Amino acid sequence: MKKLQIQDISKRYGDTVVFERFSCTLHPGEVNVLFGASGSGKTTLLRLIMGLEEADEGSLNSFEQLRFSAVFQEDRLCNNLSASSNVKLVVEPTVSSEQVKNALVAVGLGDAIRKPAKELSGGMRRRVALVRALLATYDLLILDEPFKGLDELTKKQVIAYTLERTKDKTVILVTHDLEEAKLLGAKHVINLETIA
Amino acid sequence: MNSTSSAKKKGTIRIWSVLLWLGIWQLVAMTLGQDILLVSPVNVILRLFDLVQTSSFWRSIAYSFSRIAGGFFLATLLGVLFAIFSYRYRWVEEFLAPPIQTIKATPVASFVILTLVWIAPQNLSVFISFLMVLPIMYTNVLMGIRSTDEKLLEMAEVFRVPTYRRIRYIYLSQVLPFFRSACSVALGLSWKAGIAAEVIGLPQGSIGEKLYQAKIYLDTPDMFAWTLVIIIISVWFEKLFLILLDRVMLKMEHL
Repeated sequence: MKKLQIQDISKRYGDTVVFERFSCTLHPGEVNVLFGASGSGKTTLLRLIMGLEEADEGSLNSFEQLRFSAVFQEDRLCNNLSASSNVKLVVEPTVSSEQVKNALVAVGLGDAIRKPAKELSGGMRRRVALVRALLATYDLLILDEPFKGLDELTKKQVIAYTLERTKDKTVILVTHDLEEAKLLGAKHVINLETIA
Repeated sequence: MNSTSSAKKKGTIRIWSVLLWLGIWQLVAMTLGQDILLVSPVNVILRLFDLVQTSSFWRSIAYSFSRIAGGFFLATLLGVLFAIFSYRYRWVEEFLAPPIQTIKATPVASFVILTLVWIAPQNLSVFISFLMVLPIMYTNVLMGIRSTDEKLLEMAEVFRVPTYRRIRYIYLSQVLPFFRSACSVALGLSWKAGIAAEVIGLPQGSIGEKLYQAKIYLDTPDMFAWTLVIIIISVWFEKLFLILLDRVMLKMEHL
């Protein structure tokens, strides 16, 4: 995959300017960290990349043909579906129930496989959202604070699993914790604070 | 007992309460001593026992049930379809708004009398049941579709979830509770309106006709017995339908 270019994009909401001629490059097959304070435009940039919003100006052409997978800022689970059904909803039919089950067990959700998402705690829901993103088919994986709400021990276990699943994959990781980024082997940082 | 189950119990009918009311009814009927004014519950049951042994009783039930249920199912089907199209195309919603509002505001009796001019009495209860159910189904299902979580739809878009799965697992799970509550209201209403239409239109062999004849001949036990039959069928139909719907909803939650 060629380098993914974001060229001179601008995005405004009314009088609020989020980006003004912003450019950056994403490195394929690696973890790219998107860093910045709250309100610096991280989520907006991700939405532009995924095609959920359009830039007022500039080009995101290199993303147009890509297939995305994501852990969104919110968990975005179907509350009535079980943890495993939430994963199965998005994965290819070639991914077996056994694989889904093993993935959930690997992040410590062995007891929650059949539970409806509405009965899961915040940390459990986050892990279901992560497993869903990791098992889906994608060219670019977007992780918006994927370890939010996890205790230290669980976080280590989940980061280890994520690292194993994202080897040689193109990832955008949004985090406030650079230690997390290091653990995932991130080498490239896009700092949105410097563009303000 | 947790607070949810105790809250549920608040609305339920208790046997002691039913027995007490039946006792009061029996006492008042015995005090009056005139079946023509108020028949006792015992006499109603005895009359009902006589009626169930006649074939015309079952024919009347089949006649009215098939028509009222037919109107209900037809309205359900069209209500759901109209709601889907209204959600998809704004002009459909705008086009349907005047008739839906008119149906909601018009008294059942006016519709019955008006439609008797155009429709044969034997089809009247189908049409009236249909008219009463349609706006409820349409409004509730449209509201349900509109309440679908935009963020879930975005998630499905990003993951390229196939349309069939989006409809079944995202839209339906949001719409079914609205559909269920619409059914719960509409089922009772379809029976009330359907029988009222039969009493006015007098299609031969219907429950409404039997009720009307009982009134003409001042046959109060018959009137009460037929009313009891209507209540039993209406409640039974509602319960059965909602049980089946709940099973479908439960199945929907598995992938």
